[in-house]
Parts: sequence; structure tokens; C-alpha cells
Amino acid sequence: MSVPAIQTEELRKVFGDQAAVKGLTLQVEQGEVFGFLGPNGAGKTTSMKMLLGLVAPTSGTANLLGAPIGDLTTRARVGFLPEHFRFQDWLTAREFLRLHGQLLGMEARDLAARQEQLLERVGLSPFGNKLLRTYSKGMLQRVGLAQALLNRPALVFLDEPTSGLDPVGRRLVRDIIRELRDEGTCVFLNSHLLSEIEVTCDRVAFIRHGEVVRTIEMASLEKNLSRVTIRAAGLSQESILGLSRWGENIQANNGQLMMTLRQEHDLPEITRYLVAQNAEVYAITPNRMSLEEIFIETVGEDGGL
Amino acid sequence: MNSILVLTRMTFQEAIRRRIVLTGLILGILFLIVFAVGAHMISIEITRETLREGGAAYRNIMRAEMSNFLLMAGLYAVTFLSIAMGALLAADTLAGEINSGSIQTIVTKPVRRSHVVFGKWLGFAGLLGLYAILMAGGVVLIVFLQSAHLPRNILMGLSLIYLESLLVMTISLAGSSAMPALATGGMVFGLYGLAFLGGWIEQIGALVSNPTAVQIGIVTSLVIPTEALWRRAAFEMQTPLASALGMSPFGAFSVPSILMVVYAIVYLAIVLAMAVSTFNHRDI
Repeated sequence: MSVPAIQTEELRKVFGDQAAVKGLTLQVEQGEVFGFLGPNGAGKTTSMKMLLGLVAPTSGTANLLGAPIGDLTTRARVGFLPEHFRFQDWLTAREFLRLHGQLLGMEARDLAARQEQLLERVGLSPFGNKLLRTYSKGMLQRVGLAQALLNRPALVFLDEPTSGLDPVGRRLVRDIIRELRDEGTCVFLNSHLLSEIEVTCDRVAFIRHGEVVRTIEMASLEKNLSRVTIRAAGLSQESILGLSRWGENIQANNGQLMMTLRQEHDLPEITRYLVAQNAEVYAITPNRMSLEEIFIETVGEDGGL
Repeated sequence: MNSILVLTRMTFQEAIRRRIVLTGLILGILFLIVFAVGAHMISIEITRETLREGGAAYRNIMRAEMSNFLLMAGLYAVTFLSIAMGALLAADTLAGEINSGSIQTIVTKPVRRSHVVFGKWLGFAGLLGLYAILMAGGVVLIVFLQSAHLPRNILMGLSLIYLESLLVMTISLAGSSAMPALATGGMVFGLYGLAFLGGWIEQIGALVSNPTAVQIGIVTSLVIPTEALWRRAAFEMQTPLASALGMSPFGAFSVPSILMVVYAIVYLAIVLAMAVSTFNHRDI
């Protein structure tokens, strides 16, 4: 079993008398695409900055790829795209990538090849010799992403990677994240765009006031958490109670039933049961609980303010 | 080590791309042209005056003294410009990059934060060196071409001027590791003003033999030894006669000891170490 990509123990950051991160305990495995979700001000960016050694934790410990945070050799295996990414805008994209590759200690020939490969991947090859000053926000985001991947990292931190991107750019980021997963790279993704997280992540953590309040496997979201709406007439109270063997949270009103299923593939059996109970079934509609609903349910309508 | 040089080169490239070098070059050349024209006019006038009275010996002494006076006036202006350059170059560097966030992708690379500070420091030191060669070298050359006058201990004198600009740049860099650029600029020029005032109090105090005034000057030199460096530089380069006669606005009457120069170098090293330490502990 390989060491976890990220492992934190009660990581805490206090600014003045305000705890930005109360106690983050988290484990992310190598090769996993991990979503980090939470309302504004929940401490997501501060947590990420602590992991990257930009902000010193007030207390607690954290390891990246088995080494304590701040370890220089580990940094050569980590990539990072900051939020609201700014850069040396007096450099061209090629010079910018070369500078960052040199700081990573990459060998010149490898760097030259890698830089062209990444410019091509993010669709910026024709603009590689233009000053970053002349780039649009979306183009900057792309060159920033290329920068984060220069060293073929084992672990990449992406802070709002799709902000400022149009739908084409967003899709590009999504595809790149999938490619990274296929290559076995661990991606730590901080995003507000739940739809983004929904399609790319293996696992997500919800944080509130700098603590993990819930972690879910995205696969479980698809298999186990579906709710179903049943429209049927002539159901007795006992028949309704009888449904509880397949699920919970049963609510009934005006011939409409809602329940949470344990497994989606129980649906045909439920249908047979309802018919056997002499109910007149008009419709059975599975509605998967979206990440957004889970988000609201987890952090609350107030957004944890 | 390699990362230091990468960052030094980046600092140079930034100064070139952001037209700092070009602006410095154009204004520097403009300064030298004005200086050359002025020096030429004055030189003609002096030749005419000295021809009217006195013998050849008197004429030579007068010419040498006037040339040296002009030279020191020019170098005094160059010193001030180098200091301003050093303060402005470094004031925004760390502060600005922390503010914009562009430092984030650099300090998360396998690079020590101290190397970021050293790399930038070396870059600025190189730029200031080039500036000093252009400006101070230009002033010395102009005076030499007009009157064949070369100051004594010229290398020592110009090195002290360069050291002074390095010192101000280092203070500015240290400020920038902790504070916004504007606050840093305010602090650096405030300290420079303090040293300037202290220097004059010491000069006048020495002239009227007031030991308290001299001590005030020495204390301000300990707080920030910039003005003391200038006065030592002036002492090294002025003519023996000017030293004997005493005060001139650009010369030195109360001469800082060579110990003060050593103090300034130690001071610079400590301020640089403080810059590293502050930047090391800074949340970015």
C-alpha cells in the first residue's frame, strides 16, 4: 500500500482571534481525484495554502506524499494552480513555463519538450511567444494549468481551475483532470462549480468552518442515494409501511410517495410489490440526489455563515 | 544555488521588460548631458578668471579645486539618484508579488524562500552596479575630459557610493518582505532623511566644536550609515587642500572612520538576514 498523497491531523490556522481552519483531518489517496467543497469563507483556500507551505499552520501536522509539508524534494513532485492566478505578465508563455521549469530543477531538454507538449495540450501553441500581459483571463488560466503540470506531478492542487473559463475551456480542464487520473496523478480540486466536481471527482469532502463535516464517495451517490417518486392510487397505510424494507424516509401525500432507496436495482421488485398490493401505479420516477442538494443539506441554507 | 541565479536573471529580465532599465538609461544620459554642458561652461569661466590674476601655480591649483568641486557636486547627485533607484527597485518586489499572488507559484517550487530573497538581491545589486558605472563613471569621465582631473582614491570612493545604494536597496527589500510597497518607500526615505539631517548636524557641530552635535550625528549614523558612507567617499576623493580648508557642501569635515564602513557592511548583512527571516515566516 502506497503512502497517502495527503494526510492531515487536526490542522489548524488562527488569524488574530479568528480560527480560519479549526481542525482539518483528512486523508487523500494517491491517484484519487478529490473534491474540496464548502461555502465561501469555509477555510478551503487557507487549508490548501497550509498544505503547500504558503501559510504556516498554528498547530497540527500534515504530510504530502509521505513527507512533512514544506519538504523541498517533495515539492518537485507537486503541482499548483493558485486561485485568481497572477504571474509575471512581462514574460511570454514560453518564457514563463521555462522559468517555472527551471525553478523545478528540470533538465533543459526535457523542459523544452514538456513545455511545447503542454502548450499544445492547453491550446496555446500559436500564442506561446506572446507576452502574458496580452492574454485574456481564460488564456492565463490555461497557461497556469500548464505550469502546474510541468513536472509531471504525483499530486496537483487546483484552486478554482475553471474560474474565468468559457464552456470550451471548462471542458478542456475536465478532460485534463481525467487524463491525470488515468495516469495515476492525485488531483486535489477546490471548486465552487458542483457540476464540475460531480463529473470529475472520485470523492468529495464538505468543509465548514475549517472542519470536514462529511466525506462521500461519488460512486455511492450514483448507486445508493437515489430517491424515488411513486405516483399511485389505492395504497393502504400498511402497504406504504411495507415499502420500508427497500428504503427509508418515506413521505406520502395526495397519492404521491417519496422514498430514499437503498439500492436502485430494487425498483422492479417495488413495482411488483405495489401491483400485488392492488395499487394503481401511474408513475415511478427515480430522482438522483444531486451534489447541490447534498451540499445544501450538509452545510445548511445559510452557507455556514 | 542554481535557483538563486534563475531568480537573479528573472529580476534582470523584469527590469528590462518593464522599461525600468530604459527609463534609467535615458534619464541618466540626460543628466550626464546637462552635467557636461554645465561643467564646460564653468570650466571656460574659470580659465578666463584665473588667466587674469595670479601665476601658473595658482592657476593650476584653482583649476584642480574647481574641477574637484564640480566632480563632487556631480557625484553627490549621482549618489542620491542611485539611492532613489535602489529604494524604488526593491520596495515593490516582494510586497507587490505577495499582493498580486504571483509569488505563490515560485515559493511552492523546490526553492528555499531565502534563495528567492538572495536571487532578487543579486539582481538589484547588478542593476545598481550598472547604473553606478554609467552615472558615476560618466561624471568622472566628463570632468576628466575637460580638465584632465582625476580624483584620488577614485575606486575606493566609487565603491563606497555603490555600497551606500546597496545598503538602501537592502533596507527597502527587507521592508518589502514585511510591509506594502508604499510603507516601505516611506520608511526608507524617512531613514535616509534622518541620516542626512544627522550628517549635517555632525558637520556643523564639528565646525563649531560642539561635541554633543557631533555625537548626535554619530548616533544617527549608527541608526542608518548612508550619509556617513557618502562623507567617507567624499573624504577619499576630495583634494588635500579641500580637506585642509574644511567644509564644502559636498565634502566632509567630520570624517567617518573606516570602522564606520565596516559597520555599514555588517549592518547590510544583518538587514539582509532580517529580510530572509521575515519572508521565511510570512504567510503568503
